[in-house]
Amino acid sequence: MTLELPWTDVVFAPLAYPFFVRALLASVLVGTVCAVVGTYVVLKGLAFIGDAISHAAFPGVVAAFLLHGPFYLGAGIAAVATALAIGFVSRRARIRMDTVVGVLFAGTFALGIFLFSTIHGYVADLFGFLFGNVLAISLADLVGLSLLGGFVLGCIALLWKELLYSTFDPLGAGASGLPVAPLEYLFLAFVALTIVVSLQAVGIILVVAMLVTPAATAQLLTVRFAVMMRFAVLVGIGAAVVGLYLSYWLDVASGATIVLVETAAFLLALVLGPRSGLRRRRGVAVAG
Amino acid sequence: MSSPDGSRAPVHRHGDHPLHESGGALDATHAHAHADIWLADVSAGYGERPAIEHVTLVVEPGTLLAVVGPNGAGKSTLLKVMAGLIAPWSGRVEVLGSPPGREAHRVAYVPQAELVDWEFPVTVGDVVMMGRYPRLGLARRPGPDDRRAVAAALERVGMAEHARRQIGSLSGGQRRRVFLARALAADPTLFLLDEPVTGIDARTQEDLMDILEALAHSGRSVVATTHDLAAAAQRFHRVAAINRTMIADGPAALVLDPEVLARTYGGHLLVLGGQTVLLDDAHHHDQAEPGEQHHHVETERTR
Repeated sequence: MTLELPWTDVVFAPLAYPFFVRALLASVLVGTVCAVVGTYVVLKGLAFIGDAISHAAFPGVVAAFLLHGPFYLGAGIAAVATALAIGFVSRRARIRMDTVVGVLFAGTFALGIFLFSTIHGYVADLFGFLFGNVLAISLADLVGLSLLGGFVLGCIALLWKELLYSTFDPLGAGASGLPVAPLEYLFLAFVALTIVVSLQAVGIILVVAMLVTPAATAQLLTVRFAVMMRFAVLVGIGAAVVGLYLSYWLDVASGATIVLVETAAFLLALVLGPRSGLRRRRGVAVAG
Repeated sequence: MSSPDGSRAPVHRHGDHPLHESGGALDATHAHAHADIWLADVSAGYGERPAIEHVTLVVEPGTLLAVVGPNGAGKSTLLKVMAGLIAPWSGRVEVLGSPPGREAHRVAYVPQAELVDWEFPVTVGDVVMMGRYPRLGLARRPGPDDRRAVAAALERVGMAEHARRQIGSLSGGQRRRVFLARALAADPTLFLLDEPVTGIDARTQEDLMDILEALAHSGRSVVATTHDLAAAAQRFHRVAAINRTMIADGPAALVLDPEVLARTYGGHLLVLGGQTVLLDDAHHHDQAEPGEQHHHVETERTR
């Protein structure tokens, strides 16, 4: 271990390696985009749907691998298609929503494993997509994912208040003329793109934590939407940086470490936060 | 489907009832040019189940209309059709002279309190500001005009000093005040309010009814569903009693008589020596917040 190092070395020594700098930038990007989109995911109650969309990206990743295409194209097509299918089914079908999502969740992931099992030979890259390996991110991927993440953040910056109104009161928003159904589809597509941005950093299985945990933590700390989103971004970025350094020095999986730091932040807020269930009845503090 | 036409016998009408004359299908065809709401022979529902059938209704500007009826009678569905939130299966609908939804920026709709997530991280001021969002358009932030409109709306409903409180910390009556303020901030022509005065204290009920009355007086139209027959009788100009079909529509004093109420509420109504007792279906309020009053039994003096 490294306890004998001065803290400046703990922080700056890894920055000498370009792969670490790339990983750090990617983690901060993922932490930011996931926290912003995740704020709506938590308030809309879409955690399960987010998990399903991320698993649905797997067959896309494998297909891209087989066809020697860029992974984010395959993942993006699969994730967005699944997101829109979920949106369509939720508006039309007479089956319970969670049942449909459960079927799609397992079915699409099974398709991914099926395709995966047809590959004979070196598949370590694909394991990286299941569990995340941000330290292996290439410069080209980092640039591509930054553009994609920036696009999602830009769209949310344009639509934040319409998304907020239609999340809080879809009936009132719809009656006042906001296009609630197109906004719903658009948002599901944003979730899909966010997952694509995050796949390499944390992996398919843990992406849902990046989406949900920072926003859930922030919700325990404030009663204002704008403050909640800012807190979520702080938690997302903070956990990404701390988690990445921890994983570097402890030589453990980066995605899992980032998620564990977020989980610790959530538990801390749950125990100490003014809005947590554990300290209710003492009055709801107004932050911000 | 069928267009409104005076020669067709309206299936939902009881021909022997004196109110029949006050709002028939024939009137509807002639009146709709100036009406804020014009529904002709409208049916609508969810899945395969009809919630309202063959409803005809005209609302002139300046009307203060209460829609009453038992649970599952289609009151909320009727309001959603007017708001353009669900498309009618058949019949014709015009709102502010256009198909529903076209003039949405001139319509404010307030859902039932049970449908709102009161734990949502928004303050009173945030909620009222949402009334301004549709007129702001994409990518525009609220400006001084919007903040003034929000402050004025909060002032009008008596909630100005609570602007920074989270909505979940409010009482049932305060919550209704806030949602009416959101509607006021939008400055609409037509107010569609689902149960705005149900389950709240008498003081709040009086305050809110004063505001609705003033709105109607200034030429706005207000359509409110309500479980509260006493409020409907005392404060609304006009009452429409529905139970999937239109049972009666006219001045409160005429509609809220024991015979009409018996037809509207069926077995839920008891007439006991001069008093009509409405055995309200309590399950409607199952999800109501603790602290809200539950009106299991309401009394209504008969004339």
